[in-house]
Amino acid sequence: MYSEKVMDHFINPRNVGEISEPDGVGEVGNARCGDIMKVFLRIEDNVIVDVKFKTFGCAAAIATSSMATELIKGKSVDEALAVTNKSVTEALDGLPPVKLHCSVLAEEAIQKAIEDFKEKQETKVGA
Amino acid sequence: MKKRIYFDHAATTAINREVLEAMLPYYSQEFGNPSSIHSYGQQAKKAVDQARDKTAKVLNAGFDEIFFTGSGTEADNWAIHGVAMANKKKGNHIITSAIEHHAVLYTCQRLEKAGFRVTYLPVDRYGLVDPKQVESEIGPDTILVSIMLANNEIGTIQPIKEIGKITKEKGVYLHTDAVQGVGSIAIDVCDMNIDLLSLSAHKFYGPKGIGALYIRKGTKMTPLLYGGAQERNRRAGTENTPGIVGLATAIELARSNMEENNQRLIKMRDRLIDGVMTKIDNVVLNGHPELRLPGNANLSFEFIEGESMLLSLDLKGIAASSGSACTSGSLDPSHVLLAIGLSHEIAHGSLRLSLGIDNTEEEIDYFLDTLPEIVARLREMSPLFLQKKGGYSYV
Repeated sequence: MYSEKVMDHFINPRNVGEISEPDGVGEVGNARCGDIMKVFLRIEDNVIVDVKFKTFGCAAAIATSSMATELIKGKSVDEALAVTNKSVTEALDGLPPVKLHCSVLAEEAIQKAIEDFKEKQETKVGA
Repeated sequence: MKKRIYFDHAATTAINREVLEAMLPYYSQEFGNPSSIHSYGQQAKKAVDQARDKTAKVLNAGFDEIFFTGSGTEADNWAIHGVAMANKKKGNHIITSAIEHHAVLYTCQRLEKAGFRVTYLPVDRYGLVDPKQVESEIGPDTILVSIMLANNEIGTIQPIKEIGKITKEKGVYLHTDAVQGVGSIAIDVCDMNIDLLSLSAHKFYGPKGIGALYIRKGTKMTPLLYGGAQERNRRAGTENTPGIVGLATAIELARSNMEENNQRLIKMRDRLIDGVMTKIDNVVLNGHPELRLPGNANLSFEFIEGESMLLSLDLKGIAASSGSACTSGSLDPSHVLLAIGLSHEIAHGSLRLSLGIDNTEEEIDYFLDTLPEIVARLREMSPLFLQKKGGYSYV
């Protein structure tokens, strides 16, 4: 049911882990629905120099988390914001229809982490 | 070929060699239609009659109380719908439980739309229905009680005999979905006061596409299909002779080897459960510790999700099942796991291992060697847990 790419990213997920004192962090989903993703960003000069994630969920949730982090690594914050669930799904050669909602998780987690980064920036500027 | 281990016998089983051989002639040389008058028809009719007799004997039922159907689902649908339609002048109330198979639940829901009132009895944390509650829910308008013999997910075996005493006394029909129970639970429809019982051959090493409904003589119910005179005018359609022969051979074999098989299965199952609980922290056993099907182990692993476990196990050659939402295509985990009071997160992390007669102690060893790594890897990835010295806890 899953593409080879999905299975690859499920078996060998890229960028699993945490970043201590991240520049941005975002967590979305809830255990009730069966998937949660937490993204940690290290951002220097507006470029995502490192990204890590932790995900509770099915193979599709883990694979989309992995692929999404790959897509934004080394990219500018604006480029990362342009990554959508559609681009993640395409990069994985598609997902079964019932699993499409899983890919929204990664998009939302990244957006939330970048929002967090921007808020932190503002606080810094304000101080 | 890669090592493959099948721990999903509650889903379906491989057909027994002896059963298959008994069926084969009825596909080719004895292919006649049992309704035909000639020798081909007579041979097929004889086979169907013999199969009906064998099946009836295993359940302590009468020859003319066994009706062959296309599946367990069909038997469940017919039992409930048939009784409801034929008895609606007497009453419109049906009692069932919250943990029934969807073949029963959805039939009841359909009847609710048609004006029937359905009580879905809750179960305790082990998945048991309380017979006292059945008794107190029966009113003057109650026509049917439908409680499964054993649950397909958590394996809990219900006190059907006790419930049967109550329904008999109250003059209400009792249907039991015995799809998971046949082959590992001794069934005597007279002693247990069962009026209707559904079963399905592929759950006890018989063929797919054939089931049966036991209907106690005198039970008022409408036919399932209209057409020919097959199944005493109640279920029209040319008989699936090979399937019927297969069902009967399989049920006889399962009954005669039951005690021996159960002993072996219980030993393997308990070693599997104990092994998992010893090797892995934060695991919950779902279902009843003793009143459970011999081959059923249902465990929830905190902090991780079922489908991830299933796929990881499959990559290691182990076939299992889960009650997680992601395996059902819906957003909610299994209704059974929620009914026994599990939180959504624990229900999402469930794993069902259903053992069968072809499993070996070596396979249990391999599973116990394989699972801890899989759980550890997924937990390592999960934002839900913090590894602590000597244990886990939620973040």
